[in-house]
Amino acid sequence: MIPTMESTLHALSPPAERSRAVDATRQRSLVDALRAFLPEDAVLFREEDTRPYECDGLTLYRQLPMVVALPDTEDQVRRVLQLCHEHNVPVIPRGAGTGLSGSALPHHAGVLLSLAKLNRILSIDPLARTATVQPGVRNLAISEAAARHRLYYAPDPSSQIACTIGGNVAENSGGVHCLKYGLTVHNVLRVRGLTIEGEWVEFGGLAPDAPGLDLLALVIGSEGMLAVVTEVTVRLVPVAQTARCIMASFADVGEAGDAVAALIADGIIPAGLEMLDRAATRLVEPFANAGYDLDAAAVLLCESDGTPEEVAEEIERMTAVLLAARATRIQVSNSEAERLRFWAGRKNAFPAAGRASPAYYCMDGTIPRRRLGEVLKAIQALEPKYGLRCPNVFHAGDGNLHPLILFDDADPDSVARAEAFGAEILELCVQMGGTVTGEHGVGVEKLDQMCSQFDRATLDAFLGVKSAFDPAGLLNPGKVVPTLHRCAEYGRMRVHGGNVRFPDLPRF
Amino acid sequence: MDQALSQLCETVRAASEAHTPLLIRAGGTKDFYGNASSGTVLDPRSVAGIVDYEPTELVITARAGTSLAELEQLLAENGQLLAFEPPHFGANATIGGCIAAGLAGPRRVSFGPTYGGVRDFVLGAKLIDGRGQLLTFGGTVMKNVAGYDVSRVLAGSMGILGVIAEVSIKVLPRPMSHHTLRFEMTADTAISKLNEWAGRPLPLSASAWHEGTLYLRLAGASAAVRAARHQLGGEDFDNEQADAFWIGIREQTHPFFADNAPLWRMSVPSTAPALSIGEPQLIEWNGALRWLRTARPAEQVRECATRAGGHATLFRNGDRSAGAFTPLPAPLAAIHRRLKAQFDPLNLFNRGRLYLDL
Repeated sequence: MIPTMESTLHALSPPAERSRAVDATRQRSLVDALRAFLPEDAVLFREEDTRPYECDGLTLYRQLPMVVALPDTEDQVRRVLQLCHEHNVPVIPRGAGTGLSGSALPHHAGVLLSLAKLNRILSIDPLARTATVQPGVRNLAISEAAARHRLYYAPDPSSQIACTIGGNVAENSGGVHCLKYGLTVHNVLRVRGLTIEGEWVEFGGLAPDAPGLDLLALVIGSEGMLAVVTEVTVRLVPVAQTARCIMASFADVGEAGDAVAALIADGIIPAGLEMLDRAATRLVEPFANAGYDLDAAAVLLCESDGTPEEVAEEIERMTAVLLAARATRIQVSNSEAERLRFWAGRKNAFPAAGRASPAYYCMDGTIPRRRLGEVLKAIQALEPKYGLRCPNVFHAGDGNLHPLILFDDADPDSVARAEAFGAEILELCVQMGGTVTGEHGVGVEKLDQMCSQFDRATLDAFLGVKSAFDPAGLLNPGKVVPTLHRCAEYGRMRVHGGNVRFPDLPRF
Repeated sequence: MDQALSQLCETVRAASEAHTPLLIRAGGTKDFYGNASSGTVLDPRSVAGIVDYEPTELVITARAGTSLAELEQLLAENGQLLAFEPPHFGANATIGGCIAAGLAGPRRVSFGPTYGGVRDFVLGAKLIDGRGQLLTFGGTVMKNVAGYDVSRVLAGSMGILGVIAEVSIKVLPRPMSHHTLRFEMTADTAISKLNEWAGRPLPLSASAWHEGTLYLRLAGASAAVRAARHQLGGEDFDNEQADAFWIGIREQTHPFFADNAPLWRMSVPSTAPALSIGEPQLIEWNGALRWLRTARPAEQVRECATRAGGHATLFRNGDRSAGAFTPLPAPLAAIHRRLKAQFDPLNLFNRGRLYLDL
């Protein structure tokens, strides 16, 4: 049954009503206890001071924290944790707040622990090709500091100007080059941090294969729920001598997907492989002037990097494969300026969405690549159902979709339709054998869909992992793993409602 | 769930009810690795076969009992490989054992997409826990951050968390071309050259230094390999002989590994100077892996590794009373104990194999 506008209209409380009030008495005593070792301006509690921390990049969810703590030394972080552990106070770690799934959404009775002031690059070892940095260092700042050694940090999420390495560790961030150069988990060697009890721990190390279980793999992508990161050592890789990009047009999104498969079948791993559908190229072109073919159903950006000889050889092979795969138009960048212009559209897709619409909701499912045509057509078919537009940008190499649902955040009905549309896209990704999140994390946003993707025994195993690291359950509680009750509610709603809606339950 | 898999779950459930410790063992090719363990042998080879393989998705999903040799053969027929180049240590090696042991071969420290150890290529897994429940972690796609990344933790877990029933692994195209060079140089020169080269965009694929000779494998696009040969100099090594040489390093059939003296696997930061311990050494992974044959006591070898900023595993032979692996600091040991208890509350699986008290 197709839900009507009316059925979704009341499904969702306005975001403001989902939040809970802060207890002023508890707040006062917590502020006093924190100020015993933190300077006055490092402990915020007045509403005008804590308001900027009420959400991360996912603005659909907001909650005022009881207190914001801004330590600037590792030892202060340790003392905040010890205090909170002793008094049973939840702790929500936060970097730059650019996350897109609400992982850093505050807790009404907790401390929002900002690590932004721990922002020093501690050392760069050009011979060992490593950089050791504090968690508040921005992703791009690492590559900038390593540039004089002709080295860089490979993962490049589109928020890399602002997002921090601590946040990248929490989310296992990707980017447009991860098919060839890996995700955060492949590029972080070592994490030093603290348990909720305030004990020092070190995961991984500069020597490979740290003894015991690979806890580093668990901590990366754990959304701040297992430990608090205070220092990160990343692997640096040599900057390629040159890079060139092919821009190819296709008359059908399915054919563009087949072209990606053909490239890989030919033994090529492009340095970057991105797709925009027609709605996306039309959205970004006026903003970025990238020169996209606006008549094409899909545009593929396909990059090669390496030595000039290697790149020339690869570009020639890729061009032949793309033409054989029915590309209708091919353009190869002939200068660095032209290459950057091709990328400008893709990299500015989110700001362009923000300009074209009062608000946009960025989804993050991953699907097996062979299902691409099917999924994009299904998303197009959902647009009239929800009365919203949804252009798509896509990390084509690794199957990671970013549908951008355009909506009006001043209109509660539009908000509700956007959320329901997003939820249905995620359900679709699970049905296709994919996942509800490729790189943005579960946070609070995708708790319901976790119930669809995993069975109860596996969800309970996740809760077991959480309690092995944080027996008291105080680190970023309530994120990532849905409770039994929540999944039961979600299941009932889907069965009885006959359609996907958001429950009007209190969330926290 | 098919019959073989539900039968395997049933066996674990029965062992759980009877509190019977289990020793997970398929081909037994890595019996020598880790601490001794005891228990009723559980052979997961009844659960075998390729579940899904679509070369253009760069993912293979296989049941744990699948022969490693057959799996690699299938990939080779499709122009692909397991980038981490795992050792087999015998014809009976299975993919489940390969993941549980977590051992990678020479290509571990290579340039570009083939860089990484076993865990870097694990995308998903099905695991039978200590209650006999089948759990499903990760998936079959390359980017997936839904839930904690438990499937990667299974790499090198030595079977202590449960029975690996199925794994999905990222695979890659075979490099278009490869070539091995030889250089005469001391260990210290080799270590500093390797680190310097690794900081340049060269198609390095493997390195091994032994008794004054450095072997360097290049792999990648033909133009890149050609250009690197020209840039690096060195002496060309016949391709067929070179392939046999790298298999000898990976499978430890190289003469260095031939005698029965205790074999230590020292992991150190790649730039650590040559170990001053005196006994024969073989260096891999751009300096990050040092094989050492010595009868010295464990404390002395571990002390040497710690001074170099790393850790040491007693890989083959020798006295394991101090444990095969470097002991953990207290907070990490506590997390290990709690994690083990969550997955295997009755401590059924591979008791003591990773750490004597786990």
